[in-house]
Order: sequence, then C-alpha cells, then structure tokens
Amino acid sequence: MSPSPGAVVRLEAVSKTYRSGKEALAVLKNVDLRVERGEMVAIMGSSGSGKSTLLNILGILDRYDSGAYYLDGRLIRNLGEREAARFRNRFVGFVFQAFNLLAFKTALENVALPLYYRGVGRRARTRDALEYLERVGLSGRAHHRPAELSGGERQRVAVARALVTQPELLLADEPTGALDTQTSYELMDLFEELNAAGLTVLIVTHEHDIAERAHRIVRLRDGRIEHGDPTTTDEGHPPPNGGFPPC
Amino acid sequence: MLGGELAATLGRNKLRTLLTACGVFWGVYMLVVMVGIGKGLQRGTDRNLGGLSRRAIFVWSQRTSKPHRGLQPGRYVRFQNDDITVLERIPGVIHVAPRLRLGGWSDAQNVTAGARSGLFSVRGDTPALLQVEPVEVTRGRFVNPRDLTERRKVAVIGADVRAILFEDADPIGRCLRIRGVNFQVIGEVVSYRPGNEAEHVRASIFVPFSTFQAVFDAPNRVGWFALGLAPGVPAEPVEQKIRAALVARHRIHPEDKDAIGSFNVAERFDRVESLFRGLEVFLWFVGTLTLLAGVLGVSNILLITVKERTREFGIRKAVGATSANIVSMVVREALLLTTLSGYVGLVAGVGTLEVLSMVVSRRDEAPLAQPEVEFGVAVTAMLVLVATGVMAGIIPAWHAARIDPVEALRNE
Repeated sequence: MSPSPGAVVRLEAVSKTYRSGKEALAVLKNVDLRVERGEMVAIMGSSGSGKSTLLNILGILDRYDSGAYYLDGRLIRNLGEREAARFRNRFVGFVFQAFNLLAFKTALENVALPLYYRGVGRRARTRDALEYLERVGLSGRAHHRPAELSGGERQRVAVARALVTQPELLLADEPTGALDTQTSYELMDLFEELNAAGLTVLIVTHEHDIAERAHRIVRLRDGRIEHGDPTTTDEGHPPPNGGFPPC
Repeated sequence: MLGGELAATLGRNKLRTLLTACGVFWGVYMLVVMVGIGKGLQRGTDRNLGGLSRRAIFVWSQRTSKPHRGLQPGRYVRFQNDDITVLERIPGVIHVAPRLRLGGWSDAQNVTAGARSGLFSVRGDTPALLQVEPVEVTRGRFVNPRDLTERRKVAVIGADVRAILFEDADPIGRCLRIRGVNFQVIGEVVSYRPGNEAEHVRASIFVPFSTFQAVFDAPNRVGWFALGLAPGVPAEPVEQKIRAALVARHRIHPEDKDAIGSFNVAERFDRVESLFRGLEVFLWFVGTLTLLAGVLGVSNILLITVKERTREFGIRKAVGATSANIVSMVVREALLLTTLSGYVGLVAGVGTLEVLSMVVSRRDEAPLAQPEVEFGVAVTAMLVLVATGVMAGIIPAWHAARIDPVEALRNE
C-alpha cells in the first residue's frame, strides 16, 4: 500500500501503550486516520480519550508502539532525535492552548525562533517573521513582548510562529481553551482563512461550536476512533478537493 | 539574536546572575593575586640574594691541616692558571672566573689620579666575571679578551671610585696610579646587589687578570674562583667535583677539609627556589580550588535555571531545536557567565598587583619586588576559566537536553 499523494496524514493501526510499573495503559488502540491536503479536521474526545497523545504522535513529539504514520507520504517511525527535530521544524506547526510563547522575547523574535533552528540567517528570519505577523494582522505589535499582548493577540503570534516555516500541517491543541468566545471565533476565522489558502489544519478541542467549524469531526473514545470513516464527514461539509479514493 | 538571547536569559534574574558571577570573579581574583604575590616574594628574595650570582660557587685556597705525600701541614695552597682549564672541564660548570685581589681580604690600596687619591680595593678579573657577579657596566666597557692577551694596563672603576677621583667628570680615558703603575680608565660599573655587596663593588677597581699577574708580581697565581653553574644542575655534587679536582692537583690529603674553602651560593639558592616552587604549586592549588567552588556555584545556579525553564526548552524543541542545540545554548550561557566574570576578576587582580607593586617599589629592602602576573599565567588562568566554564555548563545542559517536550508543554 503506497501512500496516496493527497493524504497529508495517514495513520494505520497506530497503537500506543504507557507502562508504569506492572500496569499497562493502552492510550491508542489501532487508530486509523486520514487527513487530506487542504482539510480542516477537528478531533474531539473527553480527557483521557487519548487525543493529546494522538496529537503528540502527529506532531512527532511522541513515539508510537505499532502501526504506521505517514506524514506527507513519509513514514514517521523510529526517527532519531535529530531527525525528529528536523521534521518537526519542517513539516509541523504547533498552536497550544497556553500559547507557549517565550516571555522574554518580542512577538517578532518568537515568530523567528523556528527559523533560527532551521539555520536561516538573521535578516531573512526577521523578514519572514514580519511577513507572517502581518498575515495574522499583528505587524503593528511586532516589538511587543507577550505580556503586553492580549490573549487573542498572543495566540495569533503563536499561529504566525507555527506558519513561518511553511509546514504541511498545522496542529492546534485546544487553541481556544484560554480565549473568550469572541476571540475564539476570530481565531477560527483566521484558521478558516488559512485553510482556504490551502493549509491543512487539525484542531483538538472539546468545544462543540469550535469543532463544528471544521470540515469533519473525528471523535476519540478510550483510544479508539468512534466516527472516523475518512470518506464521510460528520457535519456534511464536503472536503475541499471532493471525494477520496477508497482505501 | 544569539548574543541578545544569552543576555536576555542571564539578565532575567540579575541578582542571581551577579551573585553567581561573584563566585568565579573571586576565584580568579584570588588566583591572580596569590600567584602574583608569590612571584613578588620570589623576586624580592632573588634581589636580596643578588641577581646573577644565584647559581654560583666560590672557591678559595687556605692552609693544609694534614700531612700528605711528604708535605708538612700548614702549607699554603696556591691556585694556578692551569686550574682554570681543569675547572672549565667539570660538567655543570659553565663559567670560570679566576680572581685576584691586591693585598689581604679587607686591604685597600692607595690609588691616585693627579692630585686626588683614595683607598680602594684592586682586583684582577676576566670577562667571565660578568657572568657570575651581578655587575652592571654603566659607562665604557668591562675587561675584554684582548685586554687579557695584550696585558693592557686598563682599569674599570666602581662608581664611588669615580666620584672620589674624578668627581662627576667622565672618567673614560683618564689615568690613575696603583702601586706606581699607571692604568687608563675604560669603564665604570655598579652592582645589582643590595647593601654592603654593592658598596664593595662601587669602591673597587678591576684590572685585566693577566695584567694584574704581571704588574703586581703574582705570576701564575689565582686568588680564588667564582664559578657559574648551568641551570638545573644540582649544585652539591658539582661543588664536590670542583673540590676533588683541586685537591688532586695541589697534593692535598683527600680528608683535609681545611685546605680549600668554598661557598655554595647555588645550593642555598636552589633550596630557596624549591621553597618558592612549592609555594607556587600550593597557591595554584588553593586558587584553583577557590575557582572550582565558584564554578560549582555557576553549575548549580544553571541547573536550577534549567529546571525553571523546562517549558522554554519544551517550546524550543517543539519548534525544531535538537538536543545538540539545547546543550550548546546552555554551555554558551555557562561560558559567557564564567569568562565574563573571570575576565573581570583577572583585570581586578592585575590592577591590585599593580597598586601593590607601586607601593613596594618605593622600598628598596622590601621582601616583595614587582608582584605581577606574567602573561603566561594570565593566559593559563583564562584557559582554565574557559575549560571550567564548559564543565559548569555540561551537567545543566545535559538536564536541559533530556527535557521531554510532551511533559514540558502539558497544559496545566
């Protein structure tokens, strides 16, 4: 089975078990998942459902025990520490609930950080970071530190940081969890806008109104996907590129 | 961005950074000051021992006390010109200065120059003297080999001799008269030595050794020897070899300790020298331990900092930092902290020694002379600092690199 060119994410029977002492806790059980290029998918599940672990595996922050994970056609398995860091830097952008900006750096420096680890020169870093700050509507706040920004603005800085490396996949972990409703919707507007421009977006959330703005909702319960047939969408939104070839 | 990043990281907790830096500052400061003072003590002692003659042995002849090969005791041993070549062949001896003196040990000769006269000690010497006696030629020149071969009637005078016979005038080319013989002045000398020894030199007249033998009726005679030893050669065995050679040549009973007198300055010097070497090792040891304590402080603080910055490292890893990136970042921070504070300590230490040097330079007999840190010591200290800086960073860096981004970024 060769990875189809359209799938950004393809999980095949991915399992993950945490062991503490004699007890073994299966967090993910044979999870299959496809996310096509240009899709916007929401992952929902109660706490303990394994959605964070799934996100960490998708973001190459964590490893899985069995199965296969293809990111943009590349098999992501047993990567070395250095290679995992490189893939994270190149293919994945993260947005977190707690923003996770470096407090002592300005918005511009925060956005430029991934480029620093990619080895981009200072001048190009600043140029690109400014461009992406502008895209999230924050070019006027480039030299402010996170403490001087509102929650919504901080999350936009985080989005700019996730996008500056031009990743294949944007992973958002409860991105609206620390925002009020109005700001949450504004952030979702931004995600939709980026998605419309071709970015593949995967959002983990437990808020229904947020999840409903995705093309498709994947529900996790006890480490299994409940309604996750990749050829259907829960909410009836058609995927942007039409139907998918059957597996 | 890099420099700013480090500065920002260290600047976030200024007081803690400052206190940590103090440990390293104090370590380097103490190291520099202690080693500098040790050096100064050594120089001061060197000066009081008298410069160049540090590795010298003096040998003079006395009366025999034992009968030997039909010779009665009480015979006065006379060193000869042939002894010079014999002594020159002894391993470890690099300079042989045969010496003569007019009259007895404390005799002074009436020397005249025109209408002026004075009582001075008159000596016969070779150019080798300059290698074993700390004598500095301040005017003209000293006795040279041609003076010796041609037995020129020339004289090098001490500064006091010049003051008495010629006042402040240039004495070069002037004549003076010793025991009815005219000598032309070719040079003026002073001594490096402090105190009495210097005064002796200042009140002395040096004439070529061969001229002395011919003019003052001392054919083939050597009063005593001043010998210079090669550096690093143990002085005691060389002294024994010198004595043995002379005992054999002058038909002295091997057990007769009275026939030849000797004074081993080199031996004493070596003993003092080894004392100072021990002192230096001790000071380096103590200084390095002080420095190490400071470095441990830096390491400890960085370790705490790393724990506090868990989330930061998690973020950095999430956006693509490798463990190597993280290690190098923390080590650079440690390096910046230690070298910067160490450099300030180095400068402060050198400054302190400068002030100390200015204070003691006003006192001639102070036990301390030119306390200072040689360039090599400063470089060594800096190298030690960089090495310890890296060492201080390694453990915290390792902890930082091991941070799991999943753990670090877990929402709380």
